[in-house]
Amino acid sequence: MRGDDGVLALEDKLEMYRKMYLIRVFEERAEELYMEGKIWGTFHLYVGEEAVAVGACSALRTDDYITSTHRGHGHCIAKGADIKRMMAELLAKDTGYCRGLGGSMHIADVEKGNLGATGIVGSGIPIATGAALGCKLQKNDKVVLCFFGDGAANTGAFHESVNMAAIFRLPVVFVCENNMYAMSFSVKKAFALPDIAERAKGYGIPGVSIDGNNVLEVYETTKVAVERARQGEGPTFIEARTYRWKGHSKSDRQAYRTKEEVREWMNRDPIKFLEKYLREEKVKDEELENIKKQVEREIEEAIEFALKSPEPTLEEARRLVYA
Amino acid sequence: MPSREITYAEALREAMREEMKKDSQVFLLGEDIGVYGGAFGVTQGLIEEFGPERVIDTPISEIAIIGGAVGAALVGMRPVAEIMFFDFMTIGSDQLVNQAAKIRFMFGGKAKVPMVVRSPAGSGTGAAGHHSGSLESWFTHIPGLKVVAPSTPYDAKGLLKSAIRDDNPLVFVEHKLLYKTKGQVPEEEYYIPIGKADVKKEGKDITVIGYSIMIPRVLEASQILAGEGIDVEVIDIRSLRPLDTETIASSVKKTNRVIVVYEPPRFGGFGAEISSWVGEELFDYLDAPVVRLGGEEMPPPYNPNLERKIVPQVEDIVREIKKLVR
Repeated sequence: MRGDDGVLALEDKLEMYRKMYLIRVFEERAEELYMEGKIWGTFHLYVGEEAVAVGACSALRTDDYITSTHRGHGHCIAKGADIKRMMAELLAKDTGYCRGLGGSMHIADVEKGNLGATGIVGSGIPIATGAALGCKLQKNDKVVLCFFGDGAANTGAFHESVNMAAIFRLPVVFVCENNMYAMSFSVKKAFALPDIAERAKGYGIPGVSIDGNNVLEVYETTKVAVERARQGEGPTFIEARTYRWKGHSKSDRQAYRTKEEVREWMNRDPIKFLEKYLREEKVKDEELENIKKQVEREIEEAIEFALKSPEPTLEEARRLVYA
Repeated sequence: MPSREITYAEALREAMREEMKKDSQVFLLGEDIGVYGGAFGVTQGLIEEFGPERVIDTPISEIAIIGGAVGAALVGMRPVAEIMFFDFMTIGSDQLVNQAAKIRFMFGGKAKVPMVVRSPAGSGTGAAGHHSGSLESWFTHIPGLKVVAPSTPYDAKGLLKSAIRDDNPLVFVEHKLLYKTKGQVPEEEYYIPIGKADVKKEGKDITVIGYSIMIPRVLEASQILAGEGIDVEVIDIRSLRPLDTETIASSVKKTNRVIVVYEPPRFGGFGAEISSWVGEELFDYLDAPVVRLGGEEMPPPYNPNLERKIVPQVEDIVREIKKLVR
């Protein structure tokens, strides 16, 4: 951030806007490529949840770590990934982050501190806890930010890890992206609590529920939690309430929710929210348009790069198998 | 017996529906099995028919799904749990391996655990490292667990019905690529006994032993080979544990050559068990070493070409059989 005091400058907010829009267009174009048959398998789109990844990652130092989820494209971009290599991974190319071997659900960007997406819900939580343990033992002043969904909050891995992080006072921030559904299972059915953040009490750590579609609120809340973690005061639990606009994966008929509900949340578009704020801050439409155009160009370049890239070979893949 | 053509997924659904109608103690639990209909649509419509008390959507909690089935079974119910992907079985495996499998024995026979855990296995859908696993071999190593992996809609229905009626815990392996395959299934109710192999095609030159997705591939390979004068016998073991060694033995005594075909990595896979059993018991009948054609030693890769290459395909089966029958 430009300001040393952690207070956001206008430039920082414009950068947040750029990243959120980058995530949005990345996802929309990836979906189109899937429809065209250029991407295969399945993936999980982050559209509508951009403010969580961008707000939270903006509160981190570049050398801090994150762990991601099966819906990880947004986290990856927010942590500074090269979208060329991301797109190449979705197209199963050798130039992708995982050399075409991992795909959407396993993108990791270790150099940028992204310890990886995962296909096993909740499995990033113990890993984040372990990474935080490593940072504590190495006394390196780094913080781990752990993204996971409402669904993951009901896994055994969540309970064991949050407790362990709490008792060891580990430098980790647990960011629960409550997008209201674990696949088809509504949080109203999955929890006997109104706020998932109330769980924090049970582990003796602070917990807070926030508007996950307000990037500035996500940033401010995460900033406090990150500083707390860095000072050795232990973990914080943040529940960021947001909404998944698209289906769970590419095979979801969405019979479990109404179109009205989806529309209602689309009216609370996190990007439009920030756009409105920036206009109030006297940012000109032209400037926002320029950012958008630049992002769109960047995405098209990434797609071109991915399409032109070679595929991995079996011989190369075999070199990665050590046992 | 009058029959009609239905898919593998429909056959499984019919099995559950019939058993649920017959016995109020049968119920389903798992992630997204209600309105969503299961990740692969297998339980589609069952919540409408039986209600949310018998088709129970759970949070993402595999330990509690499998452990919950163990507990419900202990008090006399017959739960059928769905684990969304076979890879996720690893999460709930403590309850399956340490509890379900051992309770009857450890309690001195004073309790039983009649439960089924169904789960889609296998690669071929581009779902990469965490959603493409075939871990059935693991569970065949546990005394106290039955493991079944049918290859046709007919077998799927008859075996699932028997599995639900069985008084002991059973892992039911469903290959994702089989769900949409079609086959003749009788209108009338029927059961297929657990632990009985099925000779899917008779032949005299070589015995090919497999299960699940490999059976349609082996049958296709057999057709190609028939054109070249090689007469293949295809044994679908259907049940990995208990294993029908009798059917295997009578086939091997006839053909004197054996190849075992399976999707998971070759090393330590189920083919090794069959191979060593044949070697120990039928050595005198063999004209060639028992060959295992398994998957490559590699986690499932995302890239579609590589994903296909590391699992036995029709051309691989044809090639290996030709090497053995010269």
